Amino acid sequence: MSERTLTPEPVAHQHGPPTTFIRKYVFSLDHKVIGKQYLGLALLAVCVGMVLSWLMRLHLGWPSAPIPGLGKVMPTGAPGGVMTPELYLSLMTMHGTIMVFFVLTTAPFAGFGNYFLPIQVGAEDMAFPHFNMMSFWTTFVAFLVLIASFFVVEGPALSGWTAYAPLSAVGKDAGPGQGLGQTLWGISIAIFCVGQLLGGLNFIATTLDLRTKGMSLARMPYSTWAWFVTSVIGLIAFAVLMPACIMLILDRVAGTSFFIPAGLVISDRLQPHAGGSPLLWQHLFWFFGHPEVYIAILPAFGIVSHILPVFARKPLLGPRVLIACMVTIGFLSYTVWGHHMFLSGMNPFSAILFSVPTLIITIPATVATLLWIGTVYGAKLRFTTPALFCLGFISVFVSGGLSGFFLAQPSIDVYLHATYFVVAHFHFVMAVAAIFATFAGTYFWYPKMYGRMMNETLGKWHFWLTFIGVYCVFMPMHYLGLAGNVRRYSAFTDDYLQPLIPLHRFITVAALFTGAAQLIFLYNLFRSRTRGAPAPDNPWAATSLEWSTSSPPPFDNFGGRHLVVENGPNEYGVAGPAGDYAMQAGPALRPAASPSRLGPA
Amino acid sequence: MGKLFAVVLTIITVISAALFAMHVWWPPVDISAHGPGIDHQLSETMLSAGILFVVSQLALALFVWQYGDRGDQRPIKVFPGGATPMVVFAILLVGAEVLALTLVGSKVWANVFMAQAPPGSLQIDVQAEQFAFYFRYPGPDGKFGAINPEKIDDASGNFFGLDPANDTTARDDIVSGTLAIPVNRPILLTLHSKDLGHSFYVPELRIQQDFVPGLLIPIHFTATQTGKYEIVCTQLCGLGHFNMRAYVEVMTQDQYSQWLTSQSAQ
Amino acid sequence: MDDTLHASPAKTGVWVAVATIAMSFAAFTSAMVVRQSGATEWQLFRLPPILYLNTLLLIGSSVTLEISRRRAAAAGTAGLLPLPVRFWLTVTLGLGLLFVSGQVIAWRALAAQGLYLSSSPSSSFFYVLTGFHGLHLLGGAVGLSYVRHRVAGMPPGPARNLLGAGAIYWHFMGGLWLYLLLILAIRA
Repeated sequence: MSERTLTPEPVAHQHGPPTTFIRKYVFSLDHKVIGKQYLGLALLAVCVGMVLSWLMRLHLGWPSAPIPGLGKVMPTGAPGGVMTPELYLSLMTMHGTIMVFFVLTTAPFAGFGNYFLPIQVGAEDMAFPHFNMMSFWTTFVAFLVLIASFFVVEGPALSGWTAYAPLSAVGKDAGPGQGLGQTLWGISIAIFCVGQLLGGLNFIATTLDLRTKGMSLARMPYSTWAWFVTSVIGLIAFAVLMPACIMLILDRVAGTSFFIPAGLVISDRLQPHAGGSPLLWQHLFWFFGHPEVYIAILPAFGIVSHILPVFARKPLLGPRVLIACMVTIGFLSYTVWGHHMFLSGMNPFSAILFSVPTLIITIPATVATLLWIGTVYGAKLRFTTPALFCLGFISVFVSGGLSGFFLAQPSIDVYLHATYFVVAHFHFVMAVAAIFATFAGTYFWYPKMYGRMMNETLGKWHFWLTFIGVYCVFMPMHYLGLAGNVRRYSAFTDDYLQPLIPLHRFITVAALFTGAAQLIFLYNLFRSRTRGAPAPDNPWAATSLEWSTSSPPPFDNFGGRHLVVENGPNEYGVAGPAGDYAMQAGPALRPAASPSRLGPA
Repeated sequence: MGKLFAVVLTIITVISAALFAMHVWWPPVDISAHGPGIDHQLSETMLSAGILFVVSQLALALFVWQYGDRGDQRPIKVFPGGATPMVVFAILLVGAEVLALTLVGSKVWANVFMAQAPPGSLQIDVQAEQFAFYFRYPGPDGKFGAINPEKIDDASGNFFGLDPANDTTARDDIVSGTLAIPVNRPILLTLHSKDLGHSFYVPELRIQQDFVPGLLIPIHFTATQTGKYEIVCTQLCGLGHFNMRAYVEVMTQDQYSQWLTSQSAQ
Repeated sequence: MDDTLHASPAKTGVWVAVATIAMSFAAFTSAMVVRQSGATEWQLFRLPPILYLNTLLLIGSSVTLEISRRRAAAAGTAGLLPLPVRFWLTVTLGLGLLFVSGQVIAWRALAAQGLYLSSSPSSSFFYVLTGFHGLHLLGGAVGLSYVRHRVAGMPPGPARNLLGAGAIYWHFMGGLWLYLLLILAIRA
């Protein structure tokens, strides 16, 4: 397969350059515009999600203090500015849903993937531009539907981003937030699945069929590999989540009993359902939910592996091993979902069966981490902002990954399950790590996307404040969890939690500071658009195909040229024609120039 | 810049690790018979994860310190041996770690969740509902009355939907809002939910288990110290979730007998 | 056959879609198995007989699609496709739409027996599975109409490729229906 020489169909670029504003910027078929649209959606979503987390943190630090202005925006949820428990839970649900689906899935995967996957394989566009456009707009509709949940009478969805049945399935009797808001949540996620399926289809077909001459699978950049593997994972995961959401919606609106058992008495009313299984929802959800973690983190693997060698000025250590790690992780991600359910009442023996692959998955993750650290060894590091975010990524990934050792073991999970230890774990390993890779990608690719450099001084300030900030926010959550602090509580009225409130206040202050530091990024992002220094075609002296075209690339990516790939993506530290690197688009290095002959060790 | 990164990362690593190692925040003292196994497993994992944490962060810091900001004079170096030692290291060391943790940890887990409750365990029925726990003791006849969801009426105090008029076994059932148990005696709880998913978590007892509507879930433990401890719900169950709790009171056998008598007198 | 040398994104895309849809139905099936085990309210009912007629219609549509493809294969490598190619595609589409109408009649027959979506888990799964399949079939019909529209102006090589991609999806829908009919007959 990898040796097959592909001749893309002459009709691959089925659409000409758009002429109207609508076709150019709104319903565009151009993968680059669609990629920017995804990134824009992610930026909007991350702002909403972060404001929600600030409100939650303020409430956790000072539960009875009014939050200025909140009483005006949400008079029912926060009378006088003091948050009600149900509003807290709604904010928490929306924060999780927005961040996982509309930020961590859209930015590093759909956003950068759409923009750069076709360019990196030398294609003029995605295989199915119309599906691609539909993919973004369905995702956008899904976002609008989710946000609409904020504005319904019964209040926004409140069942957490995992929406455990029967709480999420029985309807209004279960309390506030279980009316239309929860139904909209289910509809939003089902629509989101459609968007991601259309996108994944494109990624796979483009990678397999539209590679330019000489771009064998072995020569694909690691980011392309990561997006490809992620698409495969995503197709399977979202294909399962969608039926689950359909059944959840039917339980809510059509009176079926997929997830609701008999004999439930809620709000003094015997529910009319019979025979459903709450654990069925958990199995279906986590069969999607655990791979979703890798949908967020594998593109980050790819982006970091793509960027790190550029600024280390040496080849990535063990590139084939890294690809093997990503494929292994993708495969194993489907065997571990039960580790979210150790205490759910499923067969206790299956807990051990799920625990083993969960622990085994740390092996490829460890190998990948060691490869990055080994790449730093003996390098000539250039400390640009993207390089710093890559190094930061390695650090937070290690921190977050190691807490997985605890939670993967049922015997320790008995104590730590549903505590802040879990919150610390997944924020570090999935959220912060993926966001660091997204930042690295933004600073790295911005010159290509907009033809302007981002400001380095602002970028470095952004990095340092964020790097120290996330450790101040999430490291203490491990301590809270060890002390038995349970999550998803809107206030800590329990006696044993009272002594932990000062630590909560520290986290709140750190979170506000870290959040404020992101304003530097926003300012840099918008300022550089017009006032950044003009970017050359290849500002970082990198090898992959996106650097062999103009900044920004023309409509058909390469201005009618059909590039022929002569080298792998990893040719750094070699005697190339323009310096210590050799572009993928050629000229070809002599066969002797392999990474193992890089001078004395 | 590289030296700054190395210094900041080292400071972060040292402070984080020190706060773990000094047990500034740590699980409360264990009061269960099975708890030492869990605590031991936690400490072992903490030790190995801690070493990996410190070593890998400091290695990153060291390399960044060493190989950053240099001119173009020195050539780049490949990591000694390339990628192979990494793979071997990960498979052997992490693999051995995984194997060890699984072997020991599975025993601890099996001890808590897979073993049958010892014969003669005190049986108590636990019901969770929005937003309270109720505990039911079988009374002198040693039998629980049947639960009839249609008869549940919180207003009249019939939380379990008992039918004393027709069901003789239900007549002497004792229902309490506090879980009173004797010390050093095996306790067998049967968890069921009246409405939604809930969870039973007592940090000191090292016990956590979900309530799943439609299922009866047994858990057993033995408390080894008297005292009053909080039971908290850890499964999101609606707006009052944060306030859903009860107390477990571990008593001497004498106190427990007295408590039982005073309850059945009511 | 020069077109086989070209990588065909259409075929790759259809195969990926087929795999995805299969995964969704696998999820539904496992849900059905879990849901039925230990469910006392699982109400058995006789499948509406019209389903068997629908099955024949769908098999027939696969046959007519193959006839269309053979006509396309018989055409040379130059010139335009012969007219019967599009004619048999139209017949295929017609049979597909008849199938969907037949499914709606089956739903009405069940409803007439008092078996609605929420009546019993068995009827819930019946409606959900047939509905989900019907939607995908309609999607396939839209795709096939697009193929029918496109092949008119194409050289035979790429046209055969496109037809082939459409056929993979359509036959998959037929096979999927046979599978659904089987599990519904066993479990409903």
